[in-house]
Amino acid sequence: MKKLFWSFSLLATLLTGCGKQNDMIKVGEFASLTGKEATFGQSSHEGTSLAIEEINTAGGVLGKKLELLTEDTQSKAGEPATVVNKLISRDGVVAVLGEVASSRSLEAAPICQQNKIPMISPSSTNPKVTESGDYIFRVCFIDPFQGTVMANFATKTLKAKKIAVFTDAKSDYSKGLAKFFKDQFTANGGTITAELDYNGGDKDFKAQLTAIKATSPDGVFVPGYYTDVAIICIQAKQLGLNVPFFGGDGWESEKLVEIGKEAVEGTYFSTHYHSDVGSAKSKSFVANYKKRFNGKTPDALSACAYDSAFVLADAIKRAGSTEGLKVRDALAATKGLEAVTGTITINEKRDPVKAAVILKVENGKYKYLETVNP
Amino acid sequence: MTMHSGAKRSLLIAIVVAVALAPLLEWIVKTHSGNYFNGYYLGVLIDIAINIILAVSLNLINGHTGQFSLGHAGFMAVGGYTAAKLTLSLQAAVPVWAQPILFSAALLLGGLAAAVIGLGVGAPSLRLRGDYLAIVTLGFGEIIRVVFQTTDFFGAATGLPAIANWTNFAWAWSLAAVTVFVVACLVNSTYGRGFIATHDDEVAASAMGVNPVRYKVTAFVIGAFFAGIAGGLFAHHKRFLSPTSFDFMKSIDIVVMVILGGMGRTPGVIAAAIILTVLPEALRTFAEYRMIVYSLLIIGLMILRPQGLFTIGKGRTAKV
Repeated sequence: MKKLFWSFSLLATLLTGCGKQNDMIKVGEFASLTGKEATFGQSSHEGTSLAIEEINTAGGVLGKKLELLTEDTQSKAGEPATVVNKLISRDGVVAVLGEVASSRSLEAAPICQQNKIPMISPSSTNPKVTESGDYIFRVCFIDPFQGTVMANFATKTLKAKKIAVFTDAKSDYSKGLAKFFKDQFTANGGTITAELDYNGGDKDFKAQLTAIKATSPDGVFVPGYYTDVAIICIQAKQLGLNVPFFGGDGWESEKLVEIGKEAVEGTYFSTHYHSDVGSAKSKSFVANYKKRFNGKTPDALSACAYDSAFVLADAIKRAGSTEGLKVRDALAATKGLEAVTGTITINEKRDPVKAAVILKVENGKYKYLETVNP
Repeated sequence: MTMHSGAKRSLLIAIVVAVALAPLLEWIVKTHSGNYFNGYYLGVLIDIAINIILAVSLNLINGHTGQFSLGHAGFMAVGGYTAAKLTLSLQAAVPVWAQPILFSAALLLGGLAAAVIGLGVGAPSLRLRGDYLAIVTLGFGEIIRVVFQTTDFFGAATGLPAIANWTNFAWAWSLAAVTVFVVACLVNSTYGRGFIATHDDEVAASAMGVNPVRYKVTAFVIGAFFAGIAGGLFAHHKRFLSPTSFDFMKSIDIVVMVILGGMGRTPGVIAAAIILTVLPEALRTFAEYRMIVYSLLIIGLMILRPQGLFTIGKGRTAKV
């Protein structure tokens, strides 16, 4: 009996505080606000909130205001399924925005697909994410493109012949990006001197870095996340491995230079966007973002998240309805939309066709180097 | 004998209630969704049942038998991946009416696979005691996770997507009832006194002709079996398996349920499993501070009730 009592009293606490009806359009967001990749979630969340605020000041969509409901995934597997289920079935959102990490987007995607609720991932670059179903979209480029861009960059700009690849075995994103890089780099006539793994969250990389150093590469490709990358760069410098390190959009965080300091100087990475270049739209985004978040410069993840909300609002407007199927069709028909990170046209695989930028770390800042068009 | 038939009756009632309640709840979700009960709450109810299975089965090892295992998530992973792989490869070939048969076969196979691994891990390592055993089981749990993380057959780091959504209220709660029944009856049986003897004093137990290693391995294998079943339910509930779901922190979560509930006290452990599943969900309004509040509540509960939530049955010889 006691067991029953407990479960019912706790359920009752859960049940209160729901079921309010209002005339706002609810949009769900799930992001890694805490945990290992917290800055990803925070950046995305700021971008999304700014977009929603701007859309609302401009009068909302279909005469209604948008309401953003945000849930934290704690950078943990297992959480996205629960929170997306909550957003859809309890809060009744019309669409879901999220996540940055591909593995967490992959977890949420089947739930959105099953409930016929459109989902837009702001910056999951693994191709498999949108393959989950025809309700799943994204507003960033995909890893085959990013891998190719970095391989061509290594061959042409760095003039590298021998590259070592250092992959995060825990991350699907990292493994995918490494594969696409290797394919293109060897096709360009380069050789991969070493392929080594680490586990995301490791603190000591010296064994692998020593092995990499022994193969004397011209550069090291590390398709990982910033927390690990910063430590990898520090330990590489300590071991006297003074070749350029470069990677993908997982590097994009203020924390990279904060942790890495002078060790990350002279490294390169590809990402979605840089605040120095772009259209009038992106300039006004930077200005508004700085105003809203105390002078903070937006990173690529906030820009992508901003775009995801913007693309959604545009689709709802064109659909003239918040019904899942109609919004989905409108999203699929998105064409030539001027967004912060470039012009977005959604292709038949529900991925956008757009450019990547390559940045260099210089004096603790990210310096724009070049734009690569698909 | 009377006690056992009473327990059997409660088991039957629990299963009947679970099976009868399931379509009702699903009907409410379908027609009245969003008002008082919806798919999210149903999902949390299923999470609770899965956590009860995990906590009660770990309680057999950590509580009743007194062996400190930190590898429960590893066994859950074995069961989850085995069951998911089986249903993924066969579900297309099986007609709709046979799906429950395939699902029960998958769960059973997952449990057996976990039990076999449990035997492999337990037989050598259970000769150790206390802290040493904790470290060895922790190590094995991590090995199991890393194997899944690097095996392409099991989806490696990507995980296994698109698993059928077969775990429902009836399956989860019936199996939770079966787990509680089996563990309770086992511990209360003549044979089961050996677990408690091993827990109380290994030297005295072996002097009385009880073979502690055998009892420890038995507890370990049965615990692993139910963890495997829970893993299968988990896989078909979340519909996506990723090796990071089964890391060391997951094992710690289950251990916390057992300690908070009171080592070796099934009602307390069940209550703890319910509380520790519902609490993080109820605290979602705290957003970023959620885990701080959650941890503070656990610390508070531990200070107020260091002996576990319930102490009923303390005076009795058998702790159920």
